[in-house]
Amino acid sequence: MNWTKKDLLGITELSKEEILFVLDTAESFKEISQRDIKKVPTLRGKTVITLFYEPSTRTRTSFEIAAKRLSADTINISASTSSYVKGETLKDTAKNLEAMNPDVTIIRHSMPGAPHMLARILDSSVVNGGDGAHEHPTQALLDAYTIREKKGTIDGLKIVIVGDIIHSRVARSNIFTLRNFDSEIVCCGPPTMLPPHMEELGIKVEYNLKKAIHNADVIMMLRIQKERGGVSYIPSVKEYSAFFGLTGEHIMNAKKDVIIMHPGPMNRGVEIMDDVADGPYSVILEQVENGVAVRMAILYLLLGREK
Amino acid sequence: MSILIRNGRVIDPKSGLDEVIDVFVNGNTIEKIDKHIRKTGSDVRSIDASGHIVAPGLIDTHAHLREPGYEWKETIRTGTMAATKGGFTSVVCMANTNPVNDNKSVTDYIIQKARSEALCRVFPCGAITKGLKGEELSDMGELYESGIVAISDDGKSVKNSAVLLKAFEYSRLFGIPVISHCEDEDLSRGYVHEGRASLLSGLDAVPAIAEELIVSRDIAIAKYANAPVHLTHISSGGSVNIIQHAKKSHKKITCDTCCHYFSLTDEATLGFDTSTKVNPPLRSKEDVEAIKEGLRNNTIDIIATDHAPHEGTSKDVEFDIASFGISGFETAFALSLALVHEGVMTLPDLLRKFTVNPAKLLKLPYGQLAPGKVADIIIFNPDVEWKVDRNSFLSRGKNSPFHGWVLKGKNLLTLVDGKIVYRDKSFKA
Repeated sequence: MNWTKKDLLGITELSKEEILFVLDTAESFKEISQRDIKKVPTLRGKTVITLFYEPSTRTRTSFEIAAKRLSADTINISASTSSYVKGETLKDTAKNLEAMNPDVTIIRHSMPGAPHMLARILDSSVVNGGDGAHEHPTQALLDAYTIREKKGTIDGLKIVIVGDIIHSRVARSNIFTLRNFDSEIVCCGPPTMLPPHMEELGIKVEYNLKKAIHNADVIMMLRIQKERGGVSYIPSVKEYSAFFGLTGEHIMNAKKDVIIMHPGPMNRGVEIMDDVADGPYSVILEQVENGVAVRMAILYLLLGREK
Repeated sequence: MSILIRNGRVIDPKSGLDEVIDVFVNGNTIEKIDKHIRKTGSDVRSIDASGHIVAPGLIDTHAHLREPGYEWKETIRTGTMAATKGGFTSVVCMANTNPVNDNKSVTDYIIQKARSEALCRVFPCGAITKGLKGEELSDMGELYESGIVAISDDGKSVKNSAVLLKAFEYSRLFGIPVISHCEDEDLSRGYVHEGRASLLSGLDAVPAIAEELIVSRDIAIAKYANAPVHLTHISSGGSVNIIQHAKKSHKKITCDTCCHYFSLTDEATLGFDTSTKVNPPLRSKEDVEAIKEGLRNNTIDIIATDHAPHEGTSKDVEFDIASFGISGFETAFALSLALVHEGVMTLPDLLRKFTVNPAKLLKLPYGQLAPGKVADIIIFNPDVEWKVDRNSFLSRGKNSPFHGWVLKGKNLLTLVDGKIVYRDKSFKA
C-alpha cells in the first residue's frame, strides 16, 4: 500500500489498513535502534520541528530521537521559550514556522483541535503529539505495536483501560485504534471519569476494577489528569487509589500472560503499585522503546508520501 | 413619495390575508391593500412583485449590535445593513455592550446612534442587573423611560434566584418581559454539547441539563412572581418538553430558538471549525428534531437570530479560546424557510414566528401588513437558490458555519418606514 496522507492528526482519520501499515513499517525500523551506529540517512536534509505547548519528556524525546536516527535536523520549541507567552496566536506562529520551510511539525497543545488548525495553515506535514483530551495518535500506535508484538495479534483479546478516561487523549486514541480489531474493550474507572455515550462506540463500561480485569489480556493504566481538573472528579486521590490502584493481587484475576501498560508518567502508589510497575507483566519500558520505532515509521511515511 | 407593490402574494399572518393583491404605500404608511390598485404619477414608484411574497418586515428579538464598545465587531450601521439584507425591519439589541446597557446614558446613546445611522428600527434591551453581574438590579424604570423594550442579562443567567425573583416582580411595574438566558453557570464550563461528538473530539462539554435546569427554575420564579418570562435561544429537546408542560399552567411563558439549533447538529463541531462554537452549543440530532417539533406545535413562539458578529481574530484561534457566536442576520430567514420546504410548517406560520409573535412579546405596533400600519415590508422569493458567501456579508462579522451552503429562499427588498433600505441586485424595482 502507498501512504498518501500529509498529516497525522488523529486515529479517526486512519483506516485499519493504514494502522497496520504503520505497525509493519515500524517493525523494520525497530532494528535500527538496536544497532551500534543508530543512524540511517533516510531523511537527510529534512527539518523536523517539535512545537510543544505542554510539558513532555517521553513524547518529545522520542520524536527527536526518531528524527535524528533518520538523519533529519530537529528543532525544539516549547511554550515557555516561544512567542506564545508574548501573545502571538497559534496561526501567526504557524505562518512564521512555515516561512522557515520545515518538513514536519509535531505539535503538542492543551487544546483539542490545535494540530488541525496548524495543518490547515501549513503545506508541510503536521503530527499531533497530543491535543488536550482529544487524541494522541502516536501513543496509540505504539501501544498497538506493543500489544501485537507481545500477543502476536490485536484480535480476540480482552483489553482493559483503567483510569481518568474522560480527560485522556491516550484512552481516546487507543479506543479509536482498537475498535478496528476484533477485541473486547473495557473501560474502568469511577463513573465521574467515564464520559457518557461510550457504549455507542462499542465500549464496555465496568466500575469495579476486579471485575473489569477478570481474564484480561491487556491492562492499560492511566494517571489522573491533574492539569485537566481530574482531581475534582473524585473525593480524594487516596480513595481513588484504594478503588482503582492496580496491585499485584488484582493481576491474579487476569490471564496468566497479561501485559500491563502505562503511557507514563506514572504516579506510583496511586494508579499503579511498585510491584506491578516493576513486575514481570509490565511492558511499560518496552512501550517507550517501541515509541521510537513507531515515530520513525510515521516520519518516514509522511515524508515519503505520494504527492 | 409613494410605492405601489403590484401582483405579489401578500401574506399578513395577523389578519390571515394570503392572496395575490396590490399594496399601496403612501409616505410611511400602508394606505391601501386591494386588487388592481391604479396609481400613476411621477411620485409613484411601481414595483412588480409577481412571483414573489410580500410580507411584514421581520422582527428579531435577539441580536448583538456590539455598539457601544465593540465597534470592530459590528456597529449599529453595519449591523442594521446586515439585518435589512436578511429581511429584518426591527431588531432588539442585547445589553452586553461596553459599557453595559444598564443605565439611561447607554440606552440614550444607542437610540441616538440608531436614529442617525441605522437602516431599520433598533430597540435596546436593558440589563437585568448592573454590569450584568447578577447582584443588583439595574434602574429598570429609567431604562424603560429611555426606550428599552425588555430586560436581559443575556450571555449568562442571573445566578442568584433572589435577585431574579425581584427582577420578575419589579418588571411588572412596566410590563416589559424578562428575557432569560438559560444556562447553569457551574455546569456550563465547556464549549460543545455533551454527547457522542464531544466524546470523539475531547472538547470540554456542557450537558443539556445545564439549560434545562435554568429553564425550570426561571419558569418557577416567573410563575411565583406572576410575571411574564421569555426564554431565549432554547436549544435542547428537554427544554422544549419542560416549556410545553409549563405553558399549560402559566400563560405568560414564551420562548424562542435560533436557526442554528434546527439547522446544525453537534457533529458540525467535529472538525474543530470555530464558526460552529456558539452558546448554547449545537446539540444532538434528537434535540434538533425536538426543536422542529416545538416550532411546529407552537411550544416555540419565535425564531430569533442571536446575531453575534465577531472579528476574524477572535475566531481564528484554538476552539477553546475562540469567541462564541454566529453572524446570523444574513442567513437566518433563508435557513428558516427550510422548515417550510421540509413541510414542518406553512409559510404563514413561519412568518408568524418572525412578525406577530415578536411584536406581541415586545408590545410593538409592527409586524403587520394592513391599511393604516407603518410600511415595514419585505418582498422575498421562497424558492430562489443562492450560495452563502460570508465574504459578501454586510455585517462586520464573517463568522458563519453556513459559508458555502446553498440556501433556498432569498429576501429581495426591504422597506422600513416606507423607504427602500435594501434591494437585492437581482431584483428590479
